[in-house]
Amino acid sequence: MSNDLGLPVKPVTEISLEDETRISAWINTEDYKLKNFARTALVVNPAHACQPLGAYLAAAGFEGTLPFVHGAQGCTSYYRSTFNRHFREPSPAVSSSMTEDGAVFGGQNNLHEGLENAYTLYKPKMIAVFTSCMPEVIGDDLRSFIGNARQKGCIPKDFLLPFANTPSFSGSHVHGYDSMLMAILQTLTEGKAVEGRCTGKLNFIAGFDANTGNYREYKKIFELFDIPYTFLADITETFDSPNDGTYRTYPGGTSLLEAGDSINGKATVTVGPFATSKTFVWLKEQYAGEHVSMPMPMGIAKTDAFLMKLSELFGKPVPEELKAERGRAVDAMTDAQQYMHGKKFAVYGDSDYLLGYVSFLLEMGAVPRHILCSKGSKKLERELHALLEASPFGKDSQVYMNKDLWHLRSLVMTDMVDGIIGDTHGKQVARDAKIPLFRFGFPIFDRVNLHRRPIVGYQGTINMLTEICNKFIDIVDETCDNRHFEIMR
Amino acid sequence: MSADVKKRVEGITRESTQAMIDKALEIYPEKARKKREPHLAPNDPEATSACVKSNRKTIPGVMSARGCAYAGAKGVVWGPIRDMAHISHGPVGCGWYSWGTRRNLMSGVNGVSNFAMQMTSDFQEKDIVYGGDKKLATLLRETKELFPLAKGISVLSECPVGLIGDDINSVARTMSKELDLPVFPCNCEGFRGVSQSLGHHISNDTIRDYVIETREFTEPAGPYDIALIGDYNIGGDVWSVKPLLEECGLNVKASWTGDGQIEQIAATHQVKLNVIHCYRSMNYMARVMEEKYKIPWLELNFFGPTKIKASLRKLAEHFDDNIKRKVEAAIAKYDPEMQKVIAEYRPRLEGKKVMLYVGGLRPRHTVSAYEDLGMQVVGSGYEFAHNDDYERTAPEMPEATVIYDDVSEYELEQFVHTLKPDLVGSGIKEKYLLQKMGIPFRQMHSWDYSGPYHGYMGFPVFARDIDMAVNSPTWKLVKAPF
Repeated sequence: MSNDLGLPVKPVTEISLEDETRISAWINTEDYKLKNFARTALVVNPAHACQPLGAYLAAAGFEGTLPFVHGAQGCTSYYRSTFNRHFREPSPAVSSSMTEDGAVFGGQNNLHEGLENAYTLYKPKMIAVFTSCMPEVIGDDLRSFIGNARQKGCIPKDFLLPFANTPSFSGSHVHGYDSMLMAILQTLTEGKAVEGRCTGKLNFIAGFDANTGNYREYKKIFELFDIPYTFLADITETFDSPNDGTYRTYPGGTSLLEAGDSINGKATVTVGPFATSKTFVWLKEQYAGEHVSMPMPMGIAKTDAFLMKLSELFGKPVPEELKAERGRAVDAMTDAQQYMHGKKFAVYGDSDYLLGYVSFLLEMGAVPRHILCSKGSKKLERELHALLEASPFGKDSQVYMNKDLWHLRSLVMTDMVDGIIGDTHGKQVARDAKIPLFRFGFPIFDRVNLHRRPIVGYQGTINMLTEICNKFIDIVDETCDNRHFEIMR
Repeated sequence: MSADVKKRVEGITRESTQAMIDKALEIYPEKARKKREPHLAPNDPEATSACVKSNRKTIPGVMSARGCAYAGAKGVVWGPIRDMAHISHGPVGCGWYSWGTRRNLMSGVNGVSNFAMQMTSDFQEKDIVYGGDKKLATLLRETKELFPLAKGISVLSECPVGLIGDDINSVARTMSKELDLPVFPCNCEGFRGVSQSLGHHISNDTIRDYVIETREFTEPAGPYDIALIGDYNIGGDVWSVKPLLEECGLNVKASWTGDGQIEQIAATHQVKLNVIHCYRSMNYMARVMEEKYKIPWLELNFFGPTKIKASLRKLAEHFDDNIKRKVEAAIAKYDPEMQKVIAEYRPRLEGKKVMLYVGGLRPRHTVSAYEDLGMQVVGSGYEFAHNDDYERTAPEMPEATVIYDDVSEYELEQFVHTLKPDLVGSGIKEKYLLQKMGIPFRQMHSWDYSGPYHGYMGFPVFARDIDMAVNSPTWKLVKAPF
């Protein structure tokens, strides 16, 4: 026997059809659900990625900024291809390409060589450095490495070089976004605070939001209000750039000058309270003007609150055009309520998104039956319960923190719902349950252009309900018998 | 094309190619330029050694498409084995990014008899501090309980596991006995080596040490027993090649590893011949089986009718007249159909220029398939090849065309500006960059969500896809009239 496991040689067997049928039925049972929920070590199909991915998204939102991953090189390829697939756009980033010798000597040489090459080749205005596992485990000291790089002349002494520690073994992509955003803003605003100066502008942060349609929707709202704004970490053009025959490494992002001056803003609003919690604490101390952290404006109530807050901050009435849009959204909801009322949903996603989905579903009279976050917190749990308790449609809801999509499968198979709101990774559960999946989150690898249609604001509300209701109607058309096949629905 | 007629591309000479390379390197800092220079060269089809250096460290800070050892282990070798649970051991990201992103299709029922899922130990800070071995043992028990039909479990180490000194090999040995289920430890931390390639090698070594010879086929051995090695069933490739080989009278006992089953893989030491497709990722085990069990191996190319025909005849030479007859019958049956495909598409593709930048075998194996369609490949290179890959590439590529190893995004962009290809075949990271330049593109790792491309079933799909990319009317809209 040649193998090293000490197991005896056995004949080749195949999984029998009988076993396959038996286990296929078993994994849909309550008994299986109990075992599944008793897991303590194995994670199956988690709905979150690691910190550096989020750091990358934040970095990509700034003008001329090259995301630089300090660590082993495969990480960078994974982040890049994730954004390539989701946005169907180029996604440049570089790596310090650490290898075995880095484990012995640390990553300083790789970082220095990498900074020099990246600066020379890709001519960035700023390099945003963040870390993957390796330097975090071996304890690389980024601050001193970067200081040394300036001393050695790998990069000019005054070159903009924010850095964030974003270990993959803590938090999720959302936390990496927060850390990188804070580091970038700290770097850009350093020494820029001017006593008594006010830009008169709104500083706005969308949070970890990979829907360029949302960014455009926010801008539309600010422009209708005629509120001057600086959109911080603005990925709109970076990940939704025109095709005119020319490739540009840096097609968009927040102007670095404007971002620097944002510290003198009139008001700073984040609609990603969970994705910007650290950044918000910092900017409350540092930034002039008012500071607001509020939920993503999904559905009517949350959009109302968002617009009223803007109105209050800038002393401007809600524009007529937005009032009319609200009316159209409510009209769309009342017209379509019968297709969603009482329908049960399983919803999962990042904290900020999840609160929006639930709020919207409750407004439609739908039931968010299973609510799951694979990297949640007590704070999220409290906020979800508060939403649910305020609505009669929330009384049959269950909230699951730090559970994965294999748990979700058990929940759905033992307590069936009509649809799932999530992202591409929910498609296996949806297929097994034979119910539709609504891809409102991130990532979306298997449909085109969904990242371009907004789901925030009144328009976003219309978009969500249109997608959901029409799908339910499609299902009726596709599955009803001939006698019930009708022209009208 | 006969060997004595050199393939040439109008306007491409050694001098023009070298000038293009020199220009692309001008911008680099001195040290980086010196490192990059040997990786770029004009092709010499008659050279006896590779014209470029390869399998060296990527230069930090230079945009490379390369992945890591874990990617080679999880994504390439282990991931496609359908009836096993594959654990991404370490933090959550690696397994998440590689979840369903390679298109190695598989039979069976998800979560029951196939496990195309993201299973991970989801390391937290405390696992880094206290080690993850205990957690791994618990996880393995849970895996067996929740997925009772899994025929084995692979433990694929991510970076931290090797850095904190965990001993997954010992856990695997203990747990294999406790669970009476093979647990294969694969020390494929991403920082090892210079690319995916070492992950392939480490995985092959794991198969050598823990898998091969642990099973035996129940039916008696036959003279036509073969194994298909290095076909990963991208877009269903195995499901094209396997029936073709069977039609030729051969008995495909195991598929490594596309739609593969671990116990068949474990009994492969009993076959008569190994047919290898992706040489780069699987030659190690082909050589081990040759040395240890005297199983010969044969590298075949199933892209495009010219190579399929030659490959099938090469294969028949290893067998008796029965097989030779069946091979000729298959060629006689399918080749005319392929000529019809060529007749349809070639007029629209004749003379079009292609640049390739892929991995594994494709930068050389697909060259002839493009030529079947009347196209010329004017540049080719690999993400993670070794010398022997470039040696095999030289005779396939036209005289003096550019060969690039671990090409940086900057270099590729410069070459494309100069060569102005009608199509680029590369990966997802290159796709949208090229398309923004208005250049038609096909992903050649994933078949761009299409496939199969292998075998007689694959060629019509390949031809259609290439035509669709090159001749899409959308490219004409890129330039606005104002």
